[in-house]
Amino acid sequence: MTAEVTLDAPARAAEAELLMSVADDEFVIGFWDSEWTGIAPMLEEDVATSSIAQDELGHAKALYELLAELTDDDADRIAFGRDADAFRHAALLNHARVDWAFSVARRWLYETADAVRLAALSSSSHEPLALLAGKMRREETYHRLHADTWFRRLSDGAPEGRERLATAFECLWADAQEIFAPLEREETLVGAKILSQPMRELHATWSSQVRPMLEPLAEGLTPAEPSPDGRRRRTDDFRWLHGEFTMVARSEEDATW
Amino acid sequence: MVTSVRRTAGEAGVRAALARVADPEIPAISVVDLGVIGAVEVDGRRVRVELLPTFVGCPAIGVMQQRIGEQLRSEGLADEVEVPVVFDPPWTSERISPAGREQLRRSGFAPPAASSPGADVGQLDELAVLPVAECPYCGSRATTMEIPFGPTLCRAIYHCTSCRQPFEQFKRV
Repeated sequence: MTAEVTLDAPARAAEAELLMSVADDEFVIGFWDSEWTGIAPMLEEDVATSSIAQDELGHAKALYELLAELTDDDADRIAFGRDADAFRHAALLNHARVDWAFSVARRWLYETADAVRLAALSSSSHEPLALLAGKMRREETYHRLHADTWFRRLSDGAPEGRERLATAFECLWADAQEIFAPLEREETLVGAKILSQPMRELHATWSSQVRPMLEPLAEGLTPAEPSPDGRRRRTDDFRWLHGEFTMVARSEEDATW
Repeated sequence: MVTSVRRTAGEAGVRAALARVADPEIPAISVVDLGVIGAVEVDGRRVRVELLPTFVGCPAIGVMQQRIGEQLRSEGLADEVEVPVVFDPPWTSERISPAGREQLRRSGFAPPAASSPGADVGQLDELAVLPVAECPYCGSRATTMEIPFGPTLCRAIYHCTSCRQPFEQFKRV
């Protein structure tokens, strides 16, 4: 399974951009969720959130390895050797974890969008990506069930949980669109069928799935579109997280792990 | 008298040796019965064993790669062992052998729920992850899933309402 056999240089550059966006999403949400380890609302949630975070970091690792193979780079360097501004995750993942309802809302938005994206990637013309996405998709089923369960529990439960959830959705809604922010080399990706559909179509699919579920809960979630810089905006929250997850690697820059 | 000390392992010999490599997280089951061994290629003293991880992020992958190499070298079956991680075919819980399911049960793990005849295992839909487990201690099906996540990525936690034991299930994936 070698990545370089079928791709010409422009397709390789385009796929590198795509892989980095997906890998950074999984990597950053994995680290945010790992912040709940030890302090989740109950023991079972501690285990669940930690397990999901570990899955996401594992997905990020596999995606970074594929990216490293394409660009003749090193997966650890890509993950831990970049400045905060070089990350390309969606703006949704710029926020700190805040409270439990906020983390539930973010995870629900992310998982629903990730499901649409993984379905597209698992039919990619680039076989190594299609195979990896297909495998990830089976695991993500558990994440989606977990997010749906908490979505229902908070939205159908006591007023406080419902209000916190609604507030979180209102805060995150615009930034959630950015999971489908257009990629610079998207035309090449779609042309080579590395990406089966343009991001705007994937966005429309996702939006039509989630808006009917959110409308009864949160007012003011009007249809929104991704923006061209949706994967380039960084926040102080993320700069703090970046400092945390690069701390060990920075402590011994020439170390072999 | 043996004229050559350097023998070449056939694929069957390699697979037999791999059956002696235990899963690092559940040592009762071998990597072969767990179904994580894919294609095996033998080229003289070089052996290539494809590893199909149960979960993409399984932290035991590195240990499995190392143990597979050590086993084949220590049994004198290879000088060079390559163990690439592949997702073709993807590992699914259907790959656990009948013997492996029994080994799991005997060591206190419920095996993954078996798929119904004719079910499409190409997609893991939400019906497929419905909580169904038989208690590995008393055999009761009166069990409840406490949480679909456990101490490792591939395990879920259940409770048996008949014998009141908590137990783990190897997850359907």
